Formats: sequence, C-alpha cells, structure tokens
Amino acid sequence: MRGDSPDDPLIEARGLGRRFSGREVLRDVSMTIRGGECLALFGPNGAGKTTLLRVFAGLLTPSAGSARVAGVDVPAAGARAAVGLVSHASMLYEALTARENIEFSARLYAVRDPRAATRMALERMRLLDSAELPVRELSRGLRQRVSIARATVHRPRAVLLDEPFTGLDDAGAASLTSWLTELRRDGAAVILVTHNLPEGLAQATHAAIMREGRVLRVEPRESLDQHRYVLAYGEHATRGA
Amino acid sequence: MAPDLLAASLTIARKDLAIEWRTRTAFYSASLLALLGIVIFYFAWDHTAVSSLDLAPGVLWVIFTFSGILGLQRSFGIEQTERAIDGLRASPVPREAIYLGKALANLVFVVAVQAVAIPAVALFYDVPFGGAAVALAGIALLAAIGLVAVGTLFGAMAVNTRLAELLLPVLSLPFFLPIVMAAAQSTALLLSGRPVHEAADSLKLLAAFDIVFVAVCALAFPFALEE
Amino acid sequence: MSATNTENLRPVIPAASDPLLLAASAAVAAVFVRAVRFTPVELRQGPAQKIFYVHAPAAWVAFLAFSVVALAGVLYLWLRDPRLDRIAESSAEVGLVFNTVVLVTGPLWAKPVWGTWWTWDARLTLTLFLWLIYLGYVVLRGAIDDREMRARYASVLGVLGALLIPFIHLSVYLFRTLHPQPIVLKPSAPSLPGEMLTTLLLSFLAFTLLYIALVRSRYRLATLYLALEQERRV
Repeated sequence: MRGDSPDDPLIEARGLGRRFSGREVLRDVSMTIRGGECLALFGPNGAGKTTLLRVFAGLLTPSAGSARVAGVDVPAAGARAAVGLVSHASMLYEALTARENIEFSARLYAVRDPRAATRMALERMRLLDSAELPVRELSRGLRQRVSIARATVHRPRAVLLDEPFTGLDDAGAASLTSWLTELRRDGAAVILVTHNLPEGLAQATHAAIMREGRVLRVEPRESLDQHRYVLAYGEHATRGA
Repeated sequence: MAPDLLAASLTIARKDLAIEWRTRTAFYSASLLALLGIVIFYFAWDHTAVSSLDLAPGVLWVIFTFSGILGLQRSFGIEQTERAIDGLRASPVPREAIYLGKALANLVFVVAVQAVAIPAVALFYDVPFGGAAVALAGIALLAAIGLVAVGTLFGAMAVNTRLAELLLPVLSLPFFLPIVMAAAQSTALLLSGRPVHEAADSLKLLAAFDIVFVAVCALAFPFALEE
Repeated sequence: MSATNTENLRPVIPAASDPLLLAASAAVAAVFVRAVRFTPVELRQGPAQKIFYVHAPAAWVAFLAFSVVALAGVLYLWLRDPRLDRIAESSAEVGLVFNTVVLVTGPLWAKPVWGTWWTWDARLTLTLFLWLIYLGYVVLRGAIDDREMRARYASVLGVLGALLIPFIHLSVYLFRTLHPQPIVLKPSAPSLPGEMLTTLLLSFLAFTLLYIALVRSRYRLATLYLALEQERRV
C-alpha cells in the first residue's frame, strides 16, 4: 500500500478544487506531505484552510482534482481510517464521559484493544483525573484535550489539526506537542492550521499560506526566517482583508 | 482499518442508548406524552355510544406515532451540538452502519415507550389482551420497525433544516399511515377474538412496508449525510 | 445576462408571448366549452357530473407530475445536474396546483351527487395523501437555503414519496369504498357513451398540454432566479 515507505506521500492533493453553491472555496490546490513532515498552514479567515482539512478528512468530496491520504482517494473508507481530525467543534457527546467518548472513537476505528488505547490516550493528554466526568462538566481546555485524544486514539498516519492549541493551557500544549512529535517520529504526517505563528513554526518542517482558496507558498522550514515570514504573512493577510 | 457493518452498527447503537440512558429525558417525555394522550382520548368520546374496545386500537396506534416522533427528534439532535456527526462521518465506518445503528437505538426507544403505552391502554380502556398478547407484540414490533426505518432517515435530514422540530413530523406522518392503518386493523381484529389469519393481509402489508422502507432508507441515508 | 456561470443558462423567452402556454390554455378552454355545451348531460348525476371532465384529468396530471418529480430526483442523485432539480421543483409546484384542483372539485362533485362533501373512497384518499406529500416536499424545499442540499434532500423525498403511493393505495384498499365503479378504464367496454368519452379524452390531452406548458414556464422562472442569484454574488 502506498505510504509504507518513508518516501511515499501520505497526504497529497492535485489540482484540488471545491465549490459551495457555485462559490469556489478551494482552487487548484496541490501539495505533497510525506511521513514525518509537519506543514504549518497559515492564512486569513475564509481562506479555505478548514475546508482543505475537511476534504482530507473525507467530510467533503472534491469538486475538481483529487486528494489522497495514505495512497487512497478521499473520501473512501481507507483514506478516512488513516486520518485523525481535530476541528473547531469538539465532536464530543456531552452526556458521555471523556473515557466513553475516546473509547467510542477507538471502536469506530477498529483499534485492536480499545480499552488499552483509551487509557494511553487519557494518560498522554493528562486526562486521568477527569476521565469519568461527563464532557459537559469539563472546562474548555479539558474538552479540547479530550477532543485531541479522541481524534488520535487510533494513532492516525495523517493528523489534521485546526487551531488545536486554542484553549489549551501550558500543560495541555506541552502534551499535544510531545504527542505530535511522537506520532511524527513513527511516520505520521501532520497539517497544523494556526493563527499563532511561533507555535506553528515551532513544530513545522514546512510552512504554507492560503488565501482565497489557493495555497500560495509551500516552503521548507529551514529556508524560513520567522521575521520575514511574519512580514510576508502580514502582507498576504491584509491584502486578503 | 474499518470495522464491519454489524459491529459498527452495534457500537453506534450502544452509544446512542448509553446517552439516552444517562438522562432518560426523552424516554420519560415520550412515555408521558403517550399516557397523557391515552387518558385525554378517553374523555373525548361518549362511552355509551362507542365502546372502549372499539376505540383502543385507534388510540394506541395514533399515540404510538406521536410519541415515537419525540424519540426520533432526539436521535440526531445529539449529533448536532458539537458536530459529533462529523466524527462519525470522518471515521471509516460505512454510512449504512450509522443508519442501522441509529435505527436500532431508535427501535429500542420506541419499543420501550410501547411497553408503557400498551399496558396503559389495556388498563384504561379495559381491554383484555389474553391470548392475543403474543400476536400483539408481533404487531408492535413490526410497526416500530416501520416507524423507525422512515423516522431515522427523516431525522437525519430534518436536523439540517430551518424548521427541524416541525419538519420531522410533517415529512414522516404521511409515511406512517400504512403502519397505523395495518396495525390498528389487525389489533382490532385480534382484540375482538378473531383468529390471527384474518389479520394476515394487514400483517403482510406491514411486513412489506418494513422490508421496502428499511432497504430504501438505508440506501438513501448517505445522501442525507453528504456535504 | 451574466456569462460567467457554468450551468449553460439559455436565453429566456418572456412568458407572455409563450406560444405553448397560449395554445394549452386555448385547448383547455375549448374542452370546457365542449364539456359544458356540447356534451350530453349524464342521466343519474345530472349536470354536476361534468365536473368529472376537470376532476379526472387533473388527478391524472397530479400523479404524472409527481412521477416526474420522483424520476427527476433519482436522476439528480445519480447525475447531479442542477437542471434536473429545477425540473423537479417546477413539476412539484404545478402538480400541487392540479392536485388542489382535484381536492376542490371532488367535494363539489360529491355534494350534489352523493349528498356529502367528503367521501373517504379509495381514489380520493390516495389523492389527498399525494397532496400531503406534495406539501411536505414544498415545505422541505422552503426550509433549506443551500442549493445542493435542497436538491439532494428533495430528491430523496421525491423518491420515497413515490414509493409510498402504492402502499397508501394498498392500505386504503383494505377499506370499503364509496367511489363509483371505474367507468372508463374497464378493458372490455368503457361505460361512458361515445361523446362523453371523447370529451374526457380531449380533456386529458388538454390538461397534459397545460401541465407541460406550465412546467416549462416555471422552469424558466427557476433558471432566471438562479441567474439573478449568481449575478448578485459576482
């Protein structure tokens, strides 16, 4: 299967387009992300970043072009199985506990030992103390941690994160960062959408800017100077406003 | 890896039932609605003119549809608040599993409400079920399957529209006519002591309805989930 | 007219000079005249029977229109061509009107002939349910703003509604009916004498023509709305 060798692309798009009621939200997006890489995706609101993640996650079908995860075209089940998505909405069931939410997700992804995987996910995101509380009783930050744990309990090979640091305190952010590092070390590819430049660039191996549905520049982290990037981003951001 | 259809459906059904069990609000509301309806209907008729035995089947099955709708409303309501439905859609489970899982949970819910409504009718309308009890249970199950087959699909659709609570009954009720008619007909026959085979036509209609609509609604369900 | 859209919107002819609509209206008017003045009065039912020449063809159109809605729905789910959804939308609205005509002429006919406004006979009940399904369809369309979701959901409802109709028919068949025997569609010999049969068939033709003309006009209107919406967005 594609994606097994470290050089195979895990997340790919070719000429990807998506429209809603005639409006083009994604235009001709092409990118290749390999295992171990982390793409920080910046851009103003409405640029299409969330839509792009949702296409890769199999929630939206492409209107034009193609997108693939782990060598399988989205939104086929094989592609969805490889993805973990953290989005703005928590995708949690308020009446269930943190543990139940995570375990449910583990079962949906046919994880071999859902209980053990859930326990590891709870430990990883430092949720053991809140594990038996219904989600509705948790604070915003804790919910965000549960959301992350839920999305990644199956150790996805493609991790898509839409502003995941929102609401996290330092401990939560540290848990997330080390978890992402571990996943990437095991060969996962990550797309990280964030407005927080330092946070995004800290993790990233590559960075890109989106504006009006297009991906404008994808460049490796080493060639980036954060200061120049801030200027470039600011320039793009105000032009888009 | 993707779990198979049955395993995924059961996982989803268990999850829905676990959520309902936590608060049981929808179940209590639906059961209460059923009881209130049954009692109010009793006072709407002149019992010297029409016997309770004649009224009972009609009351039972009409109440059944309205209280069933309450349960159906909540089935997709829980998926809306935090976009949990996206969690289901993004997972590798087949779309049909989401339908079957939710329909199964809805079925348990509706049968649970029936377990309150049917004895209530027997009690308040002085209806002796006796030997017909088993056959009646069979009718109740067939009717519940039909209700849930259609209601689960429309529940998924209605929740995405502007008038969700109103739209679900408006869309579903025409589809409940064959169910109510066949169930009430056969119940009336059985309660007046007629042998089961006389109700055969109604039961065949119910069964055919169930088979056709479970299949069609399961096939149509992915279109309701798509974006 | 904007040329930037990708749905091949054709130039639109103003409705007032629509030849098909004029011809269809003329045909319907002509049939009415024939029915009232030039067709014999039925023996037992009297002049009220002439409502039949409106009632039956309108029912035929109502069912035809819904078949079109359902078929367009299935095709839309398969091909995703927005034109199919506009056809469904148009056929639904026109069908709803014809269905309302059936439900109004039914009681108008029933009262003088059978002494009661509403008869729960098999066919009229079926038409009532079709009307309710139409209404549900129109309400559903009105409750969704997103064009693609509206088309998709309406298509699903159209297909399910079409499947429901035979079940309603079977359900009602389990009941006794008051409706007169089917006097036209007996295979051996139609019970209507020659002239009345001719009027009836002409009426069917005229109504079908009117249906096609109205759907076409309504379709054009839907196309216009779409163009307007797209132009506003640009």
